[in-house]
Amino acid sequence: MTEPVTVRSIGTDLVRRDAWAKVTGTAPYAVEHPVRPRAYLYPVQATVPRGTVTAMDTAAAEAVDGVLAVLTHRNAPRLADTSDAELAVLQSPAVGFAGQFVAAVVAEHPEIARQAAGLVRVEYDRMAHDAQLDPDSSELYAPDSVNPSYPTDTLDGDPDAALAAAAVQVRQTYRTAMYHNNPMEPHASYAHWDSDGLTVYDSTQGVHVVRSVLARTFGIDAERVRVICPYVGGGFGSKGTVHAHAVLAALAARALPGRWVRVVLTRQQMFCLAGYRTPTIQRVGLGADRSGRLTALTMDVVEQTSRIKEFAEQSGMPARTMYAAGTRRTTHRLAALDVPVPSWMRAPGECPGMFGPEVAMDELAVACDLDPIELRIRNEPDRDPDSGLPFSSRNLVGCLREGADRFGWHDRDPRPRRMVDGWLVGSGVAASTYPVNQMPGATATIRYADEHYTVSIGAADLGTGAWTILGQIAADALQVPVEQVRMRIGDTAFPYASVAGGSSGTTCWGGAIVAAARAFRSRYGDRPGDGAEAEGTLPDNPERKHWAMHAFGAQFAEVRVRPDSGEIRVARLLGVFACGRIVNPRTARSQFVGGMTMGLSMALHEDSVLDPRSGRVVNHDLAQYHIASCADAPSVQAYWLDEHDPYVNPMGSKGIGEIGIVGTAAAVANAAWHATGVRVRELPITCDKLLG
Amino acid sequence: METQIGLRVDGTRHTVRIDTRETLLDVLRERLGNTSPKKGCDHGQCGACTVLLDGRRVTTCLALAVSHDGAELTTAAGLASGAQLHPVQQAFVTHDAFQCGYCTPGQVCSAVGMLDEASRGWPSACTEPGELVRLSDAEIAERMSGNLCRCGAYVNIVAAIRQAAVDADAPDTP
Repeated sequence: MTEPVTVRSIGTDLVRRDAWAKVTGTAPYAVEHPVRPRAYLYPVQATVPRGTVTAMDTAAAEAVDGVLAVLTHRNAPRLADTSDAELAVLQSPAVGFAGQFVAAVVAEHPEIARQAAGLVRVEYDRMAHDAQLDPDSSELYAPDSVNPSYPTDTLDGDPDAALAAAAVQVRQTYRTAMYHNNPMEPHASYAHWDSDGLTVYDSTQGVHVVRSVLARTFGIDAERVRVICPYVGGGFGSKGTVHAHAVLAALAARALPGRWVRVVLTRQQMFCLAGYRTPTIQRVGLGADRSGRLTALTMDVVEQTSRIKEFAEQSGMPARTMYAAGTRRTTHRLAALDVPVPSWMRAPGECPGMFGPEVAMDELAVACDLDPIELRIRNEPDRDPDSGLPFSSRNLVGCLREGADRFGWHDRDPRPRRMVDGWLVGSGVAASTYPVNQMPGATATIRYADEHYTVSIGAADLGTGAWTILGQIAADALQVPVEQVRMRIGDTAFPYASVAGGSSGTTCWGGAIVAAARAFRSRYGDRPGDGAEAEGTLPDNPERKHWAMHAFGAQFAEVRVRPDSGEIRVARLLGVFACGRIVNPRTARSQFVGGMTMGLSMALHEDSVLDPRSGRVVNHDLAQYHIASCADAPSVQAYWLDEHDPYVNPMGSKGIGEIGIVGTAAAVANAAWHATGVRVRELPITCDKLLG
Repeated sequence: METQIGLRVDGTRHTVRIDTRETLLDVLRERLGNTSPKKGCDHGQCGACTVLLDGRRVTTCLALAVSHDGAELTTAAGLASGAQLHPVQQAFVTHDAFQCGYCTPGQVCSAVGMLDEASRGWPSACTEPGELVRLSDAEIAERMSGNLCRCGAYVNIVAAIRQAAVDADAPDTP
């Protein structure tokens, strides 16, 4: 067991520390810091998906009044490390995807930079390219591992034989679309060089990540790079890794010492320069006996990556852990295409990877004439099928049962096509899961002065509530009222914090704060003097070797469909989650509800349409790439079980930022089948598919 | 081309030289240093830049500054008076109607403008013809659908605005 914190502030629904600043708009985001003197950069982007820049005419741009510099691969400062092709900005004439930076104009004002960028003339030697994901391509390959370092394939027994012999079989192909994170705050950086080094205001999920990557890329000591980001206007993974614009800002600032060079991606540019979720093609096979017990489970995934940099989404992962099955296979195959570089998006792996299997489970329930909740309960594993370890806690069944009670599942007629007031009405369920991740190294300091404890850690709050809940954890670990705790995050001037990713922030940063608080109390007790200070680092958790650690949940959806038009609405979403101890019910509920709302958006709306001829996303703005709006989400409710897990960390908490989006789209698709009798296996669920 | 315009922003008069290509949003953020309105899309598609312009909600990324000489603007920063939040802002805090906070100033301004529109009886797409406007959740959600929130705080936004609307209608208690 980990040594638990005695809770007092933890579990209370404290209002966010940053609430006042956010509702007035005075919380400063990346490019809202009042730095001077400024310069504004506007990039020139490649118009071909693959090729070489053969000629570039910058004379007209340079002649515009107010232009300070025009950077190209010929004159840009050299980078020390170009091993990451996404970040090797303006270092060669090679073009690896449409939209890649090929030049940049820096000017005294944004309008001037944009005007001049439009005057740069670029000629290309265009090469043959491939931007079409084809699951039958002969060029698919198996990556060495999948994100971040999981095995590419797993095999247990002979699932093909077991599937062929199964009394009940489901063999279907499911598809999820290409998705873009689209945080509301565009990716943005201010960069500044002087004799001390590089300072960057960046919109990021990890200031220390940006620091280490920029230090490596520019070949300077990390101590000479400072990255600041107290507030992040959303990220959902896209700001968890460094993208090319941050390098471009630093590159341009190096060419213009003393200037704060600003790069803000436009919404359109974010569709090729800020990562995205790969489309997935999932071939799922379920074999079961007549009572619904799985004898075979196969999940063979095909995805895309970019030719210049590999990202292998781990979509097969949840199929390894969710259900008991006599035999099992999971595989990942990638197509390396001439497309923008994919990356993390909320619950990489789990989010797309629960769509196919959870719809297949619904199809199996229908084939077995079983309630889909009962089918899942019958396939509960007593140990993690992947690792063979017992679960530190697993309350999927509890979530399904409580969700069924709250949703009103019990009087559900399993037959589809119930009609109410001119709408076909249906309900559906799907399971959720997300692992308890931990990354090493997070460190916090606690300093006492003026009757306050100041906690410093280079963590990030992208809307999760970290500003607030880290203070609650510190208060309880210090055994003081939360009002006595001051928080400082979002700056590399504070100790190292791992990235806000993998729903690991509370585990990693909270664990570091608990370690620092214990060091502080052991040294100074209850009555520290001004200037008392202690540091603590997240310890290894030896329990991780002995237990499989995952959060679980159950999602329920009510869907209404117009029979004549196929218009589809999600009238109701209800989720119940088992995620250990909830540190702050207010911010936690917002995390769950927000994830579910994004899952609704994935189910019905989101679809990046990549034109294979140009290699570009054609619907690259918020008028054409639809995300759920206010009227699309009339009822989204989240609840949780009171789950005690003494093994995960001293707070007893599991990550909650991502599980809310896992399984939502499957629940909606299953409800859409129940409403219409039409099984949609390809997202998004649009009216044409329901009418077809 | 440059020119000079006058603006009154959150009660303060400004005379400012602008590039005639600049939007009101860019003038507010880059020239006047008021970053309360946010730039999310620059195309009028997300609503993050919403302010009250002469009392009406507008997306400032679609408004050329040069055509608004003399305008009176209120941003979310100006809705609060000192430490006292506007009732809509306080309701957003109470209902946790935001996460990352980037769309929030636009949501707040939009809600204030919307409540005024509803009080004047302006119908929306989901108002029954001939009926008086009653601010049901569906009415609020319909009228707020020009303000996107990627964190997915919509149900809390609706709850916050519903409370602000009810409180505004309630007779003052001593």
